[in-house]
Amino acid sequence: MLKKRRFSSGDIPSSSLSDIAFLLLVFFLVTTTVDMDKGLGIILPAEGQEFEMHRSNILNCLINSTGGVLLGEDPVDIAEISKKVREKMLENENIIISVKSHEKTKYEDYIKVIDQLKQANAKISIAETG
Amino acid sequence: MNFRKKTKLSSEIPTSSMPDIIFMLLIFFMVTTVLRTYSGLPIELPRAKKIAKLASKRHTTHVWLSKDGYISIQDKGHKVDDVRHTIWGIRAADPQLTISMKTDKNTKMGLVVAVQNEFRKAEALKLNYSTLTAMPTN
Repeated sequence: MLKKRRFSSGDIPSSSLSDIAFLLLVFFLVTTTVDMDKGLGIILPAEGQEFEMHRSNILNCLINSTGGVLLGEDPVDIAEISKKVREKMLENENIIISVKSHEKTKYEDYIKVIDQLKQANAKISIAETG
Repeated sequence: MNFRKKTKLSSEIPTSSMPDIIFMLLIFFMVTTVLRTYSGLPIELPRAKKIAKLASKRHTTHVWLSKDGYISIQDKGHKVDDVRHTIWGIRAADPQLTISMKTDKNTKMGLVVAVQNEFRKAEALKLNYSTLTAMPTN
């Protein structure tokens, strides 16, 4: 003898729909990471596409292993780079800053220099270590 | 004068559209969620001021460089010579690839430049030096 089923209508029960939606919502709320990665964007030169630049349009920026910076021929304070580069850009608007660092330079110093150059909106070229 | 209330306003928040709102929120979070898959190396990021946000999480691959000289891409340790091969594979799958370099601030530049040269050989040229936000002083 089979008992008669209590729910005879063919509807899917929708009373718990909102509970399911809430659970899913909470799951995605928890797993979403809003903090986007931030940083200094840079485009590397393609391999084999090195091009010659006129010497007067290049400003060398050398970083040594202790964090000292040589801009052109003069040693500068890291905090001053942005100002100095802006001055140079007023003299020559096509100037490209070629950043070279010593093998033992700390990454932090390098980032500080790149940050300063970015603040001056300079064109940056990353040279291979010499 | 007649001070009687003309309309009877109900003070209840209408709840009939609540499921719609919940569904909208649900869909929003479902679409924006990218499940975190890789954890990387313990590092201390440097700080910078002039920073930009990465355009898309989906087209980003993180490369971790620790101060001890370890390289980690997608939770696998790499030697400098292997980086090219791995990045080439990722780059082939996603031409819009941006590499986010998560480098410890005490890492030596010799390693960073060596890894960058590998990226160039793998034709992955869009790079982002991941940094924290520095307080603007001037």
